[in-house]
Amino acid sequence: MIPVADVVSWVCLLAGGAFAIIGALGLVRMPSLFTRIHAASVIDTLGAGLILLGLVVQAGFTLIAVKLAVLALLIVFTTPVATHALAKAAMARGVDPLQTQGDPSKR
Amino acid sequence: MFAAGALALLVTLALAITRAIAGPTVFDRVLAGNSVGTVAMLLLAVIGFLTSRPEFLDLALIYGLLNALGTIAVLKFFRVGDLGDPGQEDA
Repeated sequence: MIPVADVVSWVCLLAGGAFAIIGALGLVRMPSLFTRIHAASVIDTLGAGLILLGLVVQAGFTLIAVKLAVLALLIVFTTPVATHALAKAAMARGVDPLQTQGDPSKR
Repeated sequence: MFAAGALALLVTLALAITRAIAGPTVFDRVLAGNSVGTVAMLLLAVIGFLTSRPEFLDLALIYGLLNALGTIAVLKFFRVGDLGDPGQEDA
């Protein structure tokens, strides 16, 4: 009989890995910079969140779980800041948000 | 299961590096670099569990802090042109 906690953590790990791959596929396949930012956020939210949740379930109530929670908190706070700075810097440097409507060579 | 998670993260890493190499603008490369940093943090955590040595989490924490700071610094450099000239107030 497999313990319930193991099943929960496996499901979280596999789903997190799947979401990470989906986000990376979007990062490769999306047509312009701002859509790529949108796709990459899946890696940092659902991918990282589910994988860390699966590891927390494996760790139980220990110091390791606290460290994983700090790691999740770090991702939650720093990733939106970095993404916002990235989009703002790209806008300031003149990357066109509607560039898919123009020259196909600029995609 | 940890091996499957690590494998998925490695695939993610490969795709992000593909975008970092192919990205037309420098911001694509910075975005891919940021994703690589996040995935590296997760990979450190998962490999720590895979090898039953969760001390790797400390490395993941440090790597996350450095990743955030590095991304912001690189973005400021490519937006303003330097890293904190006191003569430029309108950054």
